[in-house]
Formats: sequence, structure tokens, C-alpha cells
Amino acid sequence: MHLEEVRELIRIFEESKISEMELETEGFKIALKKSGSNAYNIQLARVPSAEAPTQRTVPELEEPNLNQVIITAPMVGTFYRASSPDAEPYVSLGDMLTVGQPICVIEAMKVMNEIESEVSGKVIQILVEDAQPVEYGQPLFVVEKNSISI
Amino acid sequence: MFERILVANRGEIALRVIRACREMGISTVAVYSEADQNSLHVHYADEAYCIGPPPSAKSYLSIPNIISAAMISGCDAIHPGYGALSENPQFAEICQNHGLTFIGPSVKCMESMGDKAVAKQLMQKAGVPVVPGSEGPVVDEKEAIEVAEIIGYPVIIKAASGGGGKGMRIARSADEVKRMLNMARIEAEAAFGSGEVYIEKLIEGPRHIEVQILADEFGRIIHLGERECSIQRRHQKIIEESPSPAIDEGKRKQLGEAAILGAKAVGYSNAGTMEFLYDRNGDFYFMEMNTRIQVEHPITEMVTGVDLVKEQIRIAAGQPLRYRQEDIKITGVAIECRLNAEDPDHNFRPCPGLITDYLAPGGPGIRVDSAAYPGWEVTPYYDSMFGKLIAWAPTRHEAINRAKGAIDEFIIEGIKTNLLFHLRVLDNDSFVRGELSTDFVEKYLLRSSEED
Repeated sequence: MHLEEVRELIRIFEESKISEMELETEGFKIALKKSGSNAYNIQLARVPSAEAPTQRTVPELEEPNLNQVIITAPMVGTFYRASSPDAEPYVSLGDMLTVGQPICVIEAMKVMNEIESEVSGKVIQILVEDAQPVEYGQPLFVVEKNSISI
Repeated sequence: MFERILVANRGEIALRVIRACREMGISTVAVYSEADQNSLHVHYADEAYCIGPPPSAKSYLSIPNIISAAMISGCDAIHPGYGALSENPQFAEICQNHGLTFIGPSVKCMESMGDKAVAKQLMQKAGVPVVPGSEGPVVDEKEAIEVAEIIGYPVIIKAASGGGGKGMRIARSADEVKRMLNMARIEAEAAFGSGEVYIEKLIEGPRHIEVQILADEFGRIIHLGERECSIQRRHQKIIEESPSPAIDEGKRKQLGEAAILGAKAVGYSNAGTMEFLYDRNGDFYFMEMNTRIQVEHPITEMVTGVDLVKEQIRIAAGQPLRYRQEDIKITGVAIECRLNAEDPDHNFRPCPGLITDYLAPGGPGIRVDSAAYPGWEVTPYYDSMFGKLIAWAPTRHEAINRAKGAIDEFIIEGIKTNLLFHLRVLDNDSFVRGELSTDFVEKYLLRSSEED
């Protein structure tokens, strides 16, 4: 959690009707409480996860750091690593990407859409498999940004 | 029967369709925008796919993403709900092209009834009463007066290319036609780029009466009685009831037959609703047809016992109608109150926010179709309606009483809602006497809310 995020969290808490909250993430824990508030303690009920939809296997993301960017799917469809079954994959682990470089194909409604990278850097994780269905916003690649900005 | 249906919608109607599918043993796929990640319909469906960022145009209206989600999840049909893509003929056609059954009428029906002018002509030809008026735009003052004399005053002069109150003028005599015609033309020209106007009979203080129909793919059509939807604000329905306090058995039969006549004329199939304007003399005129399931469908379900969504699915799967007209009986009265995240004390402005506490009412004759739960956030991206409260009872008085009790029980904290506004309508003497018209809210309620 960065200082900016903590500030933002406090701001949101202040503006809300919640009187008390606690947040715990990896390596960070914060408890906030409003003094003299009459607002009753609200339990943010969550729908039980037993009814959660079928989970696709989501691979464990390594601990994120600010240098890393996740490229997500801009559309729904089937993810392919190459333009055709016998072609070479667009990118492999360790490859250096440039902005605008095609990195994969997402097929939707029989149309093969080439997806271009919006960042430059090194591919350090490929999160989906060839021919895997992907939804909007699904994480596809983890890219370590270039340390030199162009 | 379908194996898997994708529900191309959100909120309470998505839940409604998922429930029907579950009861029929059909697997469900939900789609959601990033703003709806924690929505109930996402949790209740068997599978769920994120199809875009919060704005509807990029998610719930994204035909490619929705079709794609249906294909990759192996669906064989899509239920469009209401709003969204439900009356989009291009979407229905694209579904067809991808081997997905669109649960609704044919592309052709959607196209013809979707165009208001075409629909009116088709209904007129079929013998369904339509609002009397000029055949298209009037050429000059002379023609305008001629038409007005034939159809009878008062008349309304309307812009051919627009709506929303612009380019509209009421005239109660030939003199007024002379005065108003030019004004209407100039306003129409300025607002819509065309000064073409037509003349229609002005139906004063009408009731909005609509008829639910079900048609199968074998040409059988039945009606399921009428709904009165006169309690509106800015053309948005707030409270609906079935049956209408103004309609008796004889009138119901007439309305039903007119609706079936119109549906037959266009070869309609699946669920649909014919909307009529009903005047003080008991005459009714075709307004438009909605070629989809409607928000207020629960009140028809409560008084007829027919599950309209299941019937939609059966019809789309090619099954014949399971009901004949004589099987449809109207029992009791059902009243529906639409639940909106809005502030009636500040011009009904939408009030998105986090629902911190929520407890829905219960008991005999109470039905709540709602997407809300404690901890759920009403976002600003979509309609402010998050649910519906329906009260059924053997008589209208009991139904009104039951609805009031249910509203008293209802707890919704964290957002402003129109619950208290509903109580004011239900308490109103004219409402209790069944004296309704589409200007009801304006006449009886808006003035006093300003005085408060």
C-alpha cells in the first residue's frame, strides 16, 4: 500500500457512512474508526462463495510491483498465441516488446483480431493458454517495463 | 429444449431469467460489465463472463462481446431481457447467423413494429383502432383544418421528425389551428431540421392500458389480460396494476381481440405487449407494440398464474402454446411499485451509492424482484431502477393495503429511494377510487412535493 493509496482510502472512508473498518492485504493492515459516530456497525455482507460461478484457473500472479504492467484482454473471445496453428507464437517468455507490436490474437465471431501491446518491456509471465476463452479485462501477459522511458 | 442460455442483461431481469432457466434445468451464462462484478446475477448464473467496462455502450450493448461470450461458453440461445439489445433487430439477426436462438419474435416483426409510423400503418390496415390523424405530414393550413374537422377537436400538431414535446401544439378550433400551425413548424424546423408536421386527435387525460400477448411459432395467439400503467412521471412508469380498475369483462375481450388482431397481422411470435391509449369514452387507440418481455410482466403472472419468461423460452424452443384463451383466468389484483435509487424530494434525481442495509418484505401475496443486497453498490452507469415490489390480493383494496404494509416493512439504507413516493400514491384518494390517467402524478402529486 502506498501513501497515496492510504490517503485515498481515508478520504473515501471519511465521506462514507461507515463508522469503522479494517483492511488487511499482504504485508499491510489498517484499521479506521470514526469517533462519536452514531452510525451502526455495518457488516458488508458478501454473497457466499459457494455460489460463485465456475472459476477458470487463474494462475498466481507474482507479487506486483510498480515496474510491472498487466496486459488485459480488450474483448471477449478465444485467445491464440499465434496467427495460425503452424505459425510461431507472436511472443514468448523473455521477449522484449515495443508499443504497437502484435502480441496475440483474440478470435471473436469468426474474426481473428490481432491485439497490440500498449507498453514496451520484457514479457515475464504469460497467464493464459493457447485456445483459452478469455473475457474482457482478463489478464494475459505480465510485462516488466523498460527502466529507460522513451 | 435449450441446454444453455446466455442472459444478455443485468440487474433484476437477469435474475428473473436465470431463475426461470434454473427451474427448467437449463444452464445459464451471465455477462457483466466491470461495474457489475459483485452483482447477484453474476453469482447466481452457472458461468459468468466480463464483457466490458462500465458504460453500457461498451458492455451490455456490445454485440461482438456478447455473441463471443455465447460462443465460447457453448450457449444455444440468448435471452435479451428488456431494454439493452432486446428490440435490436441487427442483434437478433446476428444471433441467428451464429446458430444462437434469439428468445423473442422474428427479425422482421422487430423491424416493422420498431418503426412507429410503419407500425401504426400496419395496425390500421389490420383493423386495429389507431389514433385518428392526417395521412402523413399536412401540406398547408387548408389541409390541416380539413383533417382537424374530420377527426374532431381538440387536435395536436406534431413534428413528423421528432418528439419530446418539441414542435407540438394543441389546437381546439380552426382559429387555433391557424395560429398554432406556423409556430409548430418553426419549432420543429429548429429542433429537428424539418418543418413537416402532422395532425392527430388529442386524447385528453387518457389511461395507458396495455395487453400482454403470447404467440407460438404455429400461429396460435392468446392474450393474458390488460395492465394499467397510467401512474407515470415523464413517460416513465412508476406503478402498474392488473387488471385495470376501468376495464370490465366486455372491454377486456375487445382489447384482447384487438391486440391479437394486430399481432396476427404481423405474424408475431413469442411474448409481446400492445399499448393503447384509453379515453374517457371507453374508446381505445393503438399507441405502439413492445416486442419483448416488459418490466411490469410480474403483475400479469400474479393474476393469471402463467410464467411468462418460461413461456418465452418454450416458444423459442419451438414448443406449441400450452394455454388456450379459455384457460386464461384473471384472479385478484396485482400492483407493482418500481424501486428506484432516486430522490423524489429533489426532482427525482438519481442517487447511486452503497446499500448499507437491506431487508425485503414478505408474507402472503408479496413478491420482490430485486438485484439489491446489503453491501451492493448502485452505480451511476445504469437505470436507477434496481427492483420491483409486487403485491397481490383478491381485491384491489386489499392489494393496495398489502402494498402499503410491504413498503412499511421494506428497509433500504445507504441510498435514497422512491419508497415514500409510492406510499403517497397509494394513499391518494383518487388512486384508491381508481381514477387514473397519464397526468395523475402531475395533477395530484408533484405540486404537493414542491409545497413540502
